[in-house]
This record gives sequence, C-alpha cells and structure tokens, in this order.
Amino acid sequence: MKAFKILAPGGFTSVQDKGRFGYQQMGVPVSGVLDSFAFKVANILVGNTENKAVLEITVMGPSLEITKTMDIALTGAKMGMTLNDKPIKQWESIRVNPGDNLNVSQIQSGCRAYLAVTGGINVLQIMGSYSTYVSGKIGGFKGRPLKKDDIIETNDAQTLSKQRSIPKDMIPHYPPNATIRTIIGPQDDYFDKGLTALFEKEYMVTAKADRMGYRLKGNCVPIKENMPKSIVSEPSMPGSIQIPPDEQPIVLLVEQTVGGYAKIATVISTDLSKVAQTTPGDTIKFERINLKTAHDLCLEEMDKIIKIKELF
Amino acid sequence: MEPELDKKQALPEKTVLFDKAIYRLAGDNGLLVEFGEGIDQKVNMKVRAMAKIFEKSIPDGVREIIPTYRSLLFIYDPGVTNPAILRPLIEQVENNLGKIEIVPSRVVEIPVCYGGKFGPDIDNVGKDHGLSTSRVIQLHCAPEYLIYMVGFTPGFPFLGGLDEKLYTPRLKTPRLLVPEGSVGIANNQTGMYPIASPGGWQLIGRTPLKIFAPDRSCPFLYKAGDMIKFVPISIDEYETISQKEKG
Repeated sequence: MKAFKILAPGGFTSVQDKGRFGYQQMGVPVSGVLDSFAFKVANILVGNTENKAVLEITVMGPSLEITKTMDIALTGAKMGMTLNDKPIKQWESIRVNPGDNLNVSQIQSGCRAYLAVTGGINVLQIMGSYSTYVSGKIGGFKGRPLKKDDIIETNDAQTLSKQRSIPKDMIPHYPPNATIRTIIGPQDDYFDKGLTALFEKEYMVTAKADRMGYRLKGNCVPIKENMPKSIVSEPSMPGSIQIPPDEQPIVLLVEQTVGGYAKIATVISTDLSKVAQTTPGDTIKFERINLKTAHDLCLEEMDKIIKIKELF
Repeated sequence: MEPELDKKQALPEKTVLFDKAIYRLAGDNGLLVEFGEGIDQKVNMKVRAMAKIFEKSIPDGVREIIPTYRSLLFIYDPGVTNPAILRPLIEQVENNLGKIEIVPSRVVEIPVCYGGKFGPDIDNVGKDHGLSTSRVIQLHCAPEYLIYMVGFTPGFPFLGGLDEKLYTPRLKTPRLLVPEGSVGIANNQTGMYPIASPGGWQLIGRTPLKIFAPDRSCPFLYKAGDMIKFVPISIDEYETISQKEKG
C-alpha cells in the first residue's frame, strides 16, 4: 500500500536492507546498510523484525508527505526532524497519519541516518534482497536513489500499541575523530614500514567517500621494496583497507567485489558503521587488534541488540 | 583462538603451486586460503577441486565460498565458527585431494558479432602481427577459455587462454561507458561487459545475450570453472537473438 510521497529526496536517499548475500562469487556486491546497528534498532523501534527494508539517508534528509497511518523511527546520524513543523526526537517511534508532512533536516553529527516504517519498505526483491546496488542500477526502488515525486509503498502490518524508545546510554555517538579497529591482513606481509605508518597518525576523510569506499589522506603506506605493486585480482571484503600506487589507503565498503591492490588490514565488522558515519574532513585513527577481540566485539553487539529487543 | 598465520613472500609474476595452502585473515569474517601464486591452470584446478567438495557440504557457519584465480575466500559468521575451527576442516579436504578427479568443465557458447559498430577497436588488435580482421576473429573464437573467476561487475568473467598474437594494451583513454555485452581485449586478457560500465578494453565485438539478468530465475549464464567459447554471428543473427532476449 502507498505510504508516502517524496517531496524532496535529500542528499542521497536509498532503500536498503542488511544486504544481498550469496552472489559475491558472481561479482554482485553485498550492498545494504552501512550502519547495521542503527538499522536494526530502527526496525525494532517500529515493531518490525530486524531486516525490513529502510531508507538510508545521507548528509541531508528528505521531505515526505505521509499517506498511510504507521509508526516511524529515525536512528543513526543526528539530523533533526520535524512532523508538521514541530520538532520530534530520533531513536524513538512516532505515529504518523495521512496528510502529515515529515521533514528530516541536515546532519549535526554522523553521516547516515535510517528511517524505518511499520511493515518495512515494499519494493521488488532482487536476488534475495531489497537493497539498492547503486552503481549496478539493481534492487531498491527502480535501482536508484529516490527522487522527487517517487511514491513509496510499505508492507501492511500492525502499528504499535505503545510508543517505543531506547535509553539514552544505548544511543551511539558519532564523533568526527573516529578510532577504527582493524585486523591486519590479508596482505600484511607486503608491508613493513607501511604497517607502522598506517597506525601512527590520523587520516583525513576526503571528498571521495561513498558506498563504494572511503579514500583517506595522510601518512603514505609504502609496499616493501622487493614486493610487486599489485596482486592477482581477488575478492575484497567490506572494510578491506586497500593500498593503491599513490600509497594513500582506501577503505572499501559495500559496493566492491574484486580488487588488484594489496590489502594491508581490514576494519572489524562492528567498526564499519563508524567509518561510514564519518564525513569528508573528519579524521580516522586506525588501531590494531586481534581476531579474538574482534569476535568478542561482534558478540557484544549481538547481545546489545537482544537487550534492546527485550525492552519491548 | 587466533590461528598462526603463514607468511610467505608472494611474487605474482611467477606461478607456483604451494605444497600446503597459506591461510590469511580477511577481517573478522573472512578466511582466505591460498593454493599458489600467479595465474596458472594447475593452481586454479586445485581451487576448483576444493570448491567442488565444499559446495556439497558447506561447513557450519560458512555463508559463502568465493573461488578466485588462486584461492578460496570463506565468508563466515563469527557467532557460529572461526578460523581455528575451519582450518583443520580445510586441511583435511586438502590432504585427501589427491584421490579426487576433476569433472570436465561445462562449455558455454557465447555468440558474438565481431567488428563494425560493435567492435570499433578490432583494427588495433593484432596490428603488430599484421593480422587481418578475419584472422583476429578466427584466433579469438578458436579457444575454449577457462573462467578463472567472476567479479568486478556482476557476471564479469576473468578468462585465461587468449592467443598471444592478440595481446593488445588497454586504450590510452578509457571510455566513460562501454555498452552492455561488449567483448574486449586488455593485454593478455579477454572478457565481456555484462552491464554498461566505464572501461579501457579494446572492443572487438558484442554479444546479444543477456549475460546478467537480475530478474531471470538464473541471473547468470556461467560460473567460475566453466569454459566460454565465442561463436561468430552475423549482424542479422545478432538482431534476431537480441529480439528474443528482450522477449
């Protein structure tokens, strides 16, 4: 059923779910939300299961004309939001009705916000996912970010019997100087001085930062003298830190599949959201941790989601 | 537990089949298992043999196994498994591999209309060897090309086996948009563009087949390990197949 109309699309707004899995071997990137914690919480706040399709909003929010009674929740980057010109809060559910005008403004901290709605956004499922693979023009709403006058449908579902919110201390912060934890490899043996350089100082996020990857500026990361400058092409992972010939690291994100440059380290899965919540001009400081610690952090985040679900 | 990682100097120019696979961490949910160095049929045969076994019985907690030129990337759920559990399983399969015979590859025929408006760069190919256009076509469609890996864009095949006489450098200025279905050559590689994308390959022809159709029940025509055979067709045949594909 038709749920809202886009009056203004905002900076870059697309339909995403947790991603398109199982086709990486065919060159189809996972796509999906970049901040999975904020995404899951948004869905839980409106009474959905965790993986319903949402809108991922980048830097500047959209304006929507509501045409259906439902609950909405906005999580992720702090953006400010009004319903019929009255300010409303993020990280809690809000009942909207036909005729309402919802306006998400600009980022105050972070980069990407997630708007979940009762029942989830309803678009055609492509290869098991609702996610938009932007550069491949596949999935989501007609394979593209939203435009003015697009009419979006949602699945029918029960609205909440009681409003939902989460305690303040469970809401993440998105500082402009992020500490990003990594595991070295897969090609850490291509580097010696480069490893020291990578972890030494902050890197600045450049303007070339999107769902494909974040190009950073800072210390050069040289490849060992006797090593080739490239590798036989192989798959990358979201979070792979690739070193191209200019020796400036690129954090690859969710719209990449194969690369031919050595990858010095990989951002741990729980910190991918922190990378994606930085904007050009922000800084990233890499830290090195071991696999066990990274897995403990994954489990911790899963526990946090379970705790949030138990609130309701 | 964190597995001890093997270290080895890797020089992709040469090709080597390792006695024992090398294990590399690709973050907290990827394990890269390398069987050799460089681009080599023997190394890739081992990749395919291992992939085939794991296809039949995927270890618990493994979400996807991606075959590459010389390695397998295991993507796993850290809530269920980890490299300390996976590595012994993979080693066991590797140790028993001697007894396994490779099933011959499936050959997938791809019709191609060579030259003309579909292959604007065909004159650049084979120039140094003084090859005529018809000889270029003949040499290009003679082999069965092994698909080492699929990636870059959905369904983009990394093929091995191009005739040395056809080796041609990339275009100096890449095209902003290479049309879907274009068949091209870049250095020692040949391949085709399943979706329109920027690219610097020398274009020699185009296939009317939908190489990647996300809404088709099987979106792809082939996978890594299959062979591709290009079959020359006329422009009339191109139009006929093209109409059918639009169906």
